[in-house]
Amino acid sequence: MSTVPATRSAALALGDDALILSHRLGQWAGHAPVLEEEVALANIALDLLGQARILLSLVGDEDELAYRREERAFRNLQVVEQPNGDFAHTLARQLYFSTYQHLLYARLAAGGGAFAPLAAKAVKETAYHRDHAEQWTLRLGDGTTESHDRMQRAVDALWRFTGEPFQPVEGLDAGLGTEADGQGVDWQQLESDWLASVSGVLERATLAVPQGPRTGAWAAGAGRQGLHTEPFGLMLAEMQHLHRSHPGATW
Amino acid sequence: MTALTHATAAHTPNGAGAQDEAAYQEAFDAAVAADERIEPRDWMPDAYRASLVRQIAQHAHSEIIGMQPESNWITRAPSLRRKAILMAKVQDEAGHGLYLYSAAETLGTSREELLDKLHSGRQKYSSIFNYPTLTWADVGAIGWLVDGAAITNQVPICRCSYGPYARAMVRICKEESFHQRQGYESLLALSHGTPEQHAMAQDAVNRWWWPSLMMFGPPDDESAHSAQSMAWKIKRHSNDELRQRFVDIAVPQAESLGLTLPDPDLRWNEERGHYDFGAIDWAEFRDVLKGNGPCNEQRLSQRRRAHEEGAWVRDAAAAYASKHHPGSSTRGTHPGTPSDARTGPSDTRTDSSRDDRHTSTTDSDRGRTV
Repeated sequence: MSTVPATRSAALALGDDALILSHRLGQWAGHAPVLEEEVALANIALDLLGQARILLSLVGDEDELAYRREERAFRNLQVVEQPNGDFAHTLARQLYFSTYQHLLYARLAAGGGAFAPLAAKAVKETAYHRDHAEQWTLRLGDGTTESHDRMQRAVDALWRFTGEPFQPVEGLDAGLGTEADGQGVDWQQLESDWLASVSGVLERATLAVPQGPRTGAWAAGAGRQGLHTEPFGLMLAEMQHLHRSHPGATW
Repeated sequence: MTALTHATAAHTPNGAGAQDEAAYQEAFDAAVAADERIEPRDWMPDAYRASLVRQIAQHAHSEIIGMQPESNWITRAPSLRRKAILMAKVQDEAGHGLYLYSAAETLGTSREELLDKLHSGRQKYSSIFNYPTLTWADVGAIGWLVDGAAITNQVPICRCSYGPYARAMVRICKEESFHQRQGYESLLALSHGTPEQHAMAQDAVNRWWWPSLMMFGPPDDESAHSAQSMAWKIKRHSNDELRQRFVDIAVPQAESLGLTLPDPDLRWNEERGHYDFGAIDWAEFRDVLKGNGPCNEQRLSQRRRAHEEGAWVRDAAAAYASKHHPGSSTRGTHPGTPSDARTGPSDTRTDSSRDDRHTSTTDSDRGRTV
């Protein structure tokens, strides 16, 4: 595939989403509430890392891109960089992101554009990620009083990051490459599908659909433009430290 | 061991006379002598059962505590390829813990009970994990030496007299063998890398060599459980025999790596056909075992914390299951997550992740059952 600038920016956006969320999920290793979730969270992290490596390799050297870029050069959504918090926060983040990613990849897979072959494979992974998140949302929302309260706090806290994924970003739409069917991604449709799906899951989980704004005053599309939240810099410092300490080394 | 199974499906029958007991024992001894497998529903001596539970539990605990020193480096792995390999390896260890706790369950001991014994210090895990991973090279050294020693110990257990343990071990050994190779390969890259990388690798090997030799346990004449375990064919070779086997394999590998082993007494003994090696510091071994290793407190408290902080999640899963699937067993400690179907022992997706994942994202579909 050609790496026209638009495609490059799209590959970075999708690749960075996967890279950063994979990293966050990797932080659970050794800390999960039950052994089955050690395995499940690692599985999801590995799927995402696999996607990230393919996407980043389309536009450059994967390690150069992952380890040598500064914070402002990353194009991931802010939701994926949010710290893990408790298990409810991690699962709320999973619910929001995996629903978005699954809908988007299903659209890309159907579109026949530049990312269709990747999306066709990845959509099977994201279907599982989404199911995993939905099942846990139901369990935590409709489990005990404590789990209900924790899950409600988590979905509320992350709600303000859920508008960003649907803001069309300059260059991204063309780069997503659905030219074969003559259309770009219908972001409005994607958003209403997302809202219907997430609201349905929250309601079944006996949780209230958050009512607050879905973007902050300056947050709309900000991650895609390289503006991130404070915890992201710390995360990158840890992730990049060793690689940067040995310039030119191979591992 | 079907002949026994039939007669004694329900463990030792209550009120079985001394004569029956003697007959069961005789049949058990004959089965072990004939290298037949003992299965969960077969009669077995209480001491055999207790010994297996102790050993399997310690092995399971070692897998899950062993995740800690390595996961310490997941967030700092220096390349995406190494990161994928390391995450897959740590995931394997969780999977091994699952198989082993399941094997212990076939002996009538629940995972919850065993975890409780781990958390309260009544059961042990391998002392090797009480040493710290101070640099990235430690990840390679653990793979090469610690997993190498583990394989040497575990391959014979594939022929253990207890069926579920032997079968779990077949699978575990295959994965451990990958772990060992990735460790070796990682150290090779460091050894042939920059001078700083080479020094990092040498330092790691210097620190992990002796503790790895201690993994085989005390010398034969001081080993508390060895003789009986060998008679029962739970154990097939003595500690010293296995330790020697490991040294003989490791020495030429160190040479190929371009790294030295920190033992001035290490040399080939033509007469014995083995490498001689220096005296092991058993005082250190006992001290670490007693709880005074560099990380004993840290490992156990992280484990306890993860368990305690996860209590509300497990409670929620149990409450949800009893609301929505009343009558089904809720399995409080391991809720039937959607991931159960694909994260059970049969499909940790390690073989996919152990390769370079440049080419495909479909690897992870392999083995999925959902």
